[in-house]
Amino acid sequence: MGSVPFVLALVCVAAALFAVGRWLNISYAFFAAYVVVQYIVLGTAWNILGGYTGYVNFGITAFFALGAYSSVVLYKLVPSLPLPIMMVVGGIVAGLVGLGTGYLTLRLRGVFFSIATLALAVVVQTLITNWDFVGGARGAYVLRPRVAPLIGGDYIQYLFLLMLGLCVIVLTVARSIEHSALGYGFAAIRDDEGAAEASGVPTLRLKLIATVLSGGFMGMAGAPLPYYVTYLDPASGFSLNYAVNAIAMPLIGGTSSWLGPVVGAVLVGGLQEYIRVTISSAVNVLVAGVLLVVFVVLAPEGIVGLFRRRRR
Amino acid sequence: MMTPLLQISGLGKRFGGFTALQAIDLDVQEGERLGLIGPNGSGKSTLVNCICGTLRHDAGSVRFGGKTLDGLTAHQRTRGGLARSFQLPRPFGTLSLAENLRIPILYAVNARGEGGLAGSAIDARCRDLLSEVGLADKAHRLPRDLTQIEMRKLELARAMAAQPKLLFADEVMAGLSHAEIDEIIALLFRLNGQGVTVIMIEHIMRAVMQFSQRLAVLVAGRKIADGKPADVVRDAEVVRAYLGE
Repeated sequence: MGSVPFVLALVCVAAALFAVGRWLNISYAFFAAYVVVQYIVLGTAWNILGGYTGYVNFGITAFFALGAYSSVVLYKLVPSLPLPIMMVVGGIVAGLVGLGTGYLTLRLRGVFFSIATLALAVVVQTLITNWDFVGGARGAYVLRPRVAPLIGGDYIQYLFLLMLGLCVIVLTVARSIEHSALGYGFAAIRDDEGAAEASGVPTLRLKLIATVLSGGFMGMAGAPLPYYVTYLDPASGFSLNYAVNAIAMPLIGGTSSWLGPVVGAVLVGGLQEYIRVTISSAVNVLVAGVLLVVFVVLAPEGIVGLFRRRRR
Repeated sequence: MMTPLLQISGLGKRFGGFTALQAIDLDVQEGERLGLIGPNGSGKSTLVNCICGTLRHDAGSVRFGGKTLDGLTAHQRTRGGLARSFQLPRPFGTLSLAENLRIPILYAVNARGEGGLAGSAIDARCRDLLSEVGLADKAHRLPRDLTQIEMRKLELARAMAAQPKLLFADEVMAGLSHAEIDEIIALLFRLNGQGVTVIMIEHIMRAVMQFSQRLAVLVAGRKIADGKPADVVRDAEVVRAYLGE
């Protein structure tokens, strides 16, 4: 499928989803679907660095919360600023931090890089917790409008629509990377960085592109969070759940293609939501963990990989 | 006399207290076929690594095409016209053979600006290269399906895909059969005929003697001989290094 038909198909699916939601008109459905779509974005963003170039980032919450907290800052400064602009700003902030982190840490390979990103999450959380302007450890309240702008109806519908839009953009970017020179360069880095250099691949530059894209999209995914939860404190913004899920979902779905994180997020995110409602809100975290272990042991190429292998 | 394509002067490399290379001087003319031999651990691969930018040398200088390579990264040197095969094959494991060759085409050849390839021209070029080394029927397989010997051929094809001015063939023939060695030698001769300077690092003396116009010998990080192959192999010091007293 070419790029344009792909985007059109994606937009159609997104529009159909939204239309069904409007028709059902259940607030809960929007709240639940928002989380799943948010995880598609987070998982895909993680996969651009972790799956395509093979650099495992544990610092997802740093980028995600930077996006969320830049919205808090903007809300305090200019409450009337439209949310899409906040998302762009959150993406830029997180992308810049991604660039800086990349410069400092990308000379580290494998597990050492991962530890450095983990440290980044701790550093950012400490800074936010001690920054009084955004509420510090007390957290910050964000009052969301009762009615959604532009489309009317409940505000959660607007949040869901924005996240859907972001999801379309992120998936389009991820898929076009796969089919481009950039994607081949990423794959070469993942397979053998030294051989990639010897083949002319500017590894550092490509890795920086990956960290900026990955971090930026995570920030964009985090930007609407304050409006979604209406009360944001460091403990929830930096929750380990985001990191675990954003890593588990691509690994379960398959890291080699854009479809993997989608499959993983819909499956795991959906299951978690189901368990949250039917059994308990604590058990749902277990799902990602158990599934992750099962897949790493039994199907390291994920669900998409399983189907690919059968086709070969 | 014109400037040599590759000029190495006073090159030195240490790993901690171990001197891997010491005061190496070596000039290679454009279009030349040079054989580089030496016992295991004599520094041949370290020399290639220092020239190609995989390692940083500690002393001396390397000039290529009249310009210094000091401070350039490995990928800049590859784009500048240096290519190497790795002694232990390092294929891109998740990419098919054809895609393995696509990387240097996209990132070395196309990055040079002129003569870039696009679309189906890239596929055609990958196919041609694979058939040159006899791997055409495996174009869509993964490297893990290859034998060690086929992986060496893939290494060579990937280095050739970068369209270098100077090619280091680092033990691409180890383990190959008599007939296969002849094939690779013929291939390297063809490349040389197209104007590519070739430095062959090899233990198989039959291949080295047949291919090289000149022979350089490294022993324990020093160049102990450099000259016509027939003279070099009779050199007393070289014989001593290989056969002992």
